[in-house]
Amino acid sequence: MARRVTLSREQVEQVAFLARLELTDDEKDRLTEHLNQILDHFGKLQELETEAVEPTSHVIPVENVFRPDAERPSMPVEDVLANAPEVQDDCFGVPRVVET
Amino acid sequence: MADTNLAALTLREAHELLKTKQVTSRELTEAVLRRIEAVDNKVKAFVSVTSEIALERAEAADRKIASGEPIGPLTGAPIAIKDNMCTRGVLTTCSSKILYNYKPIYDATVVERLADAGAVMVGKTNLDEFAMGSSTENSGFFPTHNPWNLAAAPGGSSGGSTASVAADECLAALGSDTGGSIRQPASFCGVVGLKPTYGRVSRYGLVAFASSLDQIGPVTKDVTDAALLMNVIAGKDPCDSTSLDVPVPDYTKALVPDVKGLRIGVPKEYFGMGTTAEVADSVWQAIELLRSLGAEYRETSMPNTEYGLPTYYIIAPSEASSNLARYDGVRYGLRGKSAPDPVTMFLKTRDEGFGAEVKQRIMIGTYALSAGYYDAYYLKAQKVRTLLRQDFERAFEEFDVLISPTSPTVAFGLGERADDPFAMKLADVCTIPANLAGIPAISIPCGFHNGLPIGLQIMAPGLGEEVALRVAYAFEQNTDYHKRKPTLG
Repeated sequence: MARRVTLSREQVEQVAFLARLELTDDEKDRLTEHLNQILDHFGKLQELETEAVEPTSHVIPVENVFRPDAERPSMPVEDVLANAPEVQDDCFGVPRVVET
Repeated sequence: MADTNLAALTLREAHELLKTKQVTSRELTEAVLRRIEAVDNKVKAFVSVTSEIALERAEAADRKIASGEPIGPLTGAPIAIKDNMCTRGVLTTCSSKILYNYKPIYDATVVERLADAGAVMVGKTNLDEFAMGSSTENSGFFPTHNPWNLAAAPGGSSGGSTASVAADECLAALGSDTGGSIRQPASFCGVVGLKPTYGRVSRYGLVAFASSLDQIGPVTKDVTDAALLMNVIAGKDPCDSTSLDVPVPDYTKALVPDVKGLRIGVPKEYFGMGTTAEVADSVWQAIELLRSLGAEYRETSMPNTEYGLPTYYIIAPSEASSNLARYDGVRYGLRGKSAPDPVTMFLKTRDEGFGAEVKQRIMIGTYALSAGYYDAYYLKAQKVRTLLRQDFERAFEEFDVLISPTSPTVAFGLGERADDPFAMKLADVCTIPANLAGIPAISIPCGFHNGLPIGLQIMAPGLGEEVALRVAYAFEQNTDYHKRKPTLG
């Protein structure tokens, strides 16, 4: 029998904040309902005994991949900043981080 | 030659005409652009049409041809690119509002390889936002329509690519496949779609969704063209450490209509998960045809298949929640309305920029990876992923290929499954296992029901693209499903 987990609306709010998602009240209601349905569905995996099974994080056996530590030209600053919503002094501009 | 004929050409056919100077790339490209102009208001396959760039590249191809230099099979060929692959200076949106204005400063490796091969990019195709979906209805901009029935979904997430190929709005296209996103829409649109072995094609410049599953592949009008595109896009790339350092064969050498002695496995579980009678009948007829050509088949069981869907819906959103953390309104794309501090800015940017499906998957992934739940969800799913891989390893000890439906049904109606979190995902039950196992799989048209195409899936062992192509080619040589054209009604 699958283990039943329920996710409260408060937990949904907490997860949303971890993911930096602002949700409307409607979205919170809908996600609480949908996420609980989906978690129920995930419960199916508990049918399988996997104690001795190695997890697969990647299907190909790649170990650390190195390249020579050679000097290469950087991307031009103006290219890198070309898509930025706000630029200040050759930097990405953001709202004030530190109080003065 | 009439316009419609030029736009309807395959890559191989166009190459013959270009090489023998019966047609120029400019004529070919103009025909394709006119075709887009004429039908894309109905199909809505493209997010951007890059006419200017296309004509420039067509003229460059024509100069090369005129100079007598040897040309490759893609020189001068109009090709469409899914809008989640970076194109330098050309809008790359992932069909998301959060990237509505993003112009990459570099080309994806596949885009660079196509350009080096002389291909002509005609535009960027629509997708489910960040490739999350199975109908292209989750596009942040507009849904794409199935050329075989405009009220039906084209499948997804590469629905723009498959619809554009089916509607002759390009000669071929690139798609990406994380859980079936090339094969399922190829099946719905009656075209050929190949998901290569994980690592066979570089992912550099493919906007990441689920990095351990994502793979780029061809969407084409026939199997020959899939081989031609693979010859160009496959191979090791120093910019993608997960790309395989294995020699790339000439895939056209696999195009031999011979399946004598080939051992086909037919996993019975793939016919159980909501497969309609019409789809099952067409797939069985295809298997019988292959047997009449000298192959042998046997039914087999892959007992963990039913766990593929929940496994995928833990792993893919987990990886996505991490990959999509980069959209914060700082370096590119949308920035949320004026915010007093950075955290509020992140919250507003992501609220305004992401659609409902993307938010839901980020939520699932964030939860599955969060402290206290990691073992129960993410780790568990990774272990079940191992069991699914072992199912394939066992099967491929006995069989050269596995054959199944690509999707349990033909294309469903636009809007029909949009509100149900599960009905939509069931469209991917037959395609997800190949991504989890990292193996190649191709979908080819094998029949029609109510005027909508049915797709046959051929799965092969890792790096077994050639055997999948050979079986697909043998089938295609003995049928004409791939030659049928939609009427766009």
